Amino acid sequence: MAYSAKVMEHFQNPRNVGEIENPDGVGEIGNPVCGDIMKLYIRVKDDRVVDAKFKTFGCGAAIATSSMITELVKNKTLEEAEKISRQSVAEALDGLPANKMHCSNLAADALHKAIEDYKNRKKKNE
Amino acid sequence: MERKIYLDHNATTPVHPEVLEAMLPFYQEGFGNASSIHSFGREAKVALEESREKVAKFLNADPLEIYFTSGGTESDNLAVKGVAWANKKKGNHIITSQIEHHAVLESCKFLEKEGYEITYLPVDKYGLVDNDELKKNIKKETVLVSIMHANNEMGTIQPIAELAGLAKEKGVYFHTDAVQSTGKMKIDVNELNVDMLSLSAHKFYGPKGVGALYIRRGVRLTPLAHGGHHEKSRRAGTENVPGIVGLAKALEIAHADMQEEERRLKSLTETFFKRVTERIPDVFMNGHPVLRIPNTMNVSFKGVEGESIILNLDLKGIGVASGSACTSGSLEPSHVLSAMRVPGDLAQSSLRFSFGRSNTIDDVNYVVEVLPEIISKLRAMSPIYQK
Repeated sequence: MAYSAKVMEHFQNPRNVGEIENPDGVGEIGNPVCGDIMKLYIRVKDDRVVDAKFKTFGCGAAIATSSMITELVKNKTLEEAEKISRQSVAEALDGLPANKMHCSNLAADALHKAIEDYKNRKKKNE
Repeated sequence: MERKIYLDHNATTPVHPEVLEAMLPFYQEGFGNASSIHSFGREAKVALEESREKVAKFLNADPLEIYFTSGGTESDNLAVKGVAWANKKKGNHIITSQIEHHAVLESCKFLEKEGYEITYLPVDKYGLVDNDELKKNIKKETVLVSIMHANNEMGTIQPIAELAGLAKEKGVYFHTDAVQSTGKMKIDVNELNVDMLSLSAHKFYGPKGVGALYIRRGVRLTPLAHGGHHEKSRRAGTENVPGIVGLAKALEIAHADMQEEERRLKSLTETFFKRVTERIPDVFMNGHPVLRIPNTMNVSFKGVEGESIILNLDLKGIGVASGSACTSGSLEPSHVLSAMRVPGDLAQSSLRFSFGRSNTIDDVNYVVEVLPEIISKLRAMSPIYQK
């Protein structure tokens, strides 16, 4: 497996593993391509993502992209967070092998789902 | 130096030192083309035929029934396509199983495009084919049954003698892919009742790139490779004499050490499973508990994906394989585990440990020592594992 050093680093020392109690948004994605599952939790304050945690069932790339995306999103405004894409995650990790690019999709999709969930909850409370 | 432990012997094996020693003279000294008339050729020819006799002896076959190929994949292709094409007048139906190696499955899929009808027999939860299922599917158009002897992923051994006997009763050729079983257990083509049998050297401490197909006298078969009259015009190509010499030597060594190796590997595998399950909860064995080649242990670690375990073990110098989608080139989980109806998440969590000559109880102990922490760490990260 031709994983970059950054991917291996995030894989061996993943950041922000866990759950957030009473999260403001949760995004869970199951990847139909390979069976991986990613669950992303966010805490939002004043339209800023102040905390993010993840749980992932998946390969090296899945774990590394989950870890990286929680780092990328922390302290970003919701607007900035929404701009985080599949490419930004892969780039931040110095690239992924071609057959593992779908894992970066999983991470970005989980984040966007979490943000959407936050917005829906907010709407409900208004 | 980092300690390295290889536990993927079903993928391939290192060449045995005595095998390499036997092969080397034929690269620069006895290098002749075995078809040449002069002494250079005759020397190679003698080695070729001696090797053929050796292989025949270990399979309990006649030397005239042994055909050398480039490996298991070619042997499987030759058996399946060769018999299909040569017996068109009889029919166009082939029976195989859902758990065959891709070399057999893809050959069958290719023939389907040519208009052949293929029946893929189901297997039970242990991976065993049912005799009655085979019996009821044989019809007058059936030209071949191909069912593997031992499965490469979880090691289950099929009752080939019985299955082949059923085919024989109906006058249908029976081929078995014995790539994983040859060298690990006794192979007798007459006891097994088979008409064709594939084997591959690099699975039993021989070199890569050479294998054989046993073809019983009388079987009608069309060659894949046309050209010279090598292998009785059934497989053209200048013979890979050093490779063939290596194959025969490797088989000889495997045969000599077989009883002891079977006992030793069985003990290692069983000890390994016992110790792992003592220290890690929610671990499940895939495959038949008894009818299994002695060196293979396929287990699922609930809640954790296979590649992530492989990577962690690799960081500790340990090499294993998995049936997860992430580790397959196709991004689909193991077709073998799917056929056995192993639940999707457990198939994703499967790991194959295949022991070999180089492994000792120290290796087992080391793996058992590092595995629990790896699994705990990954389970803590998993959204689907609940203690």
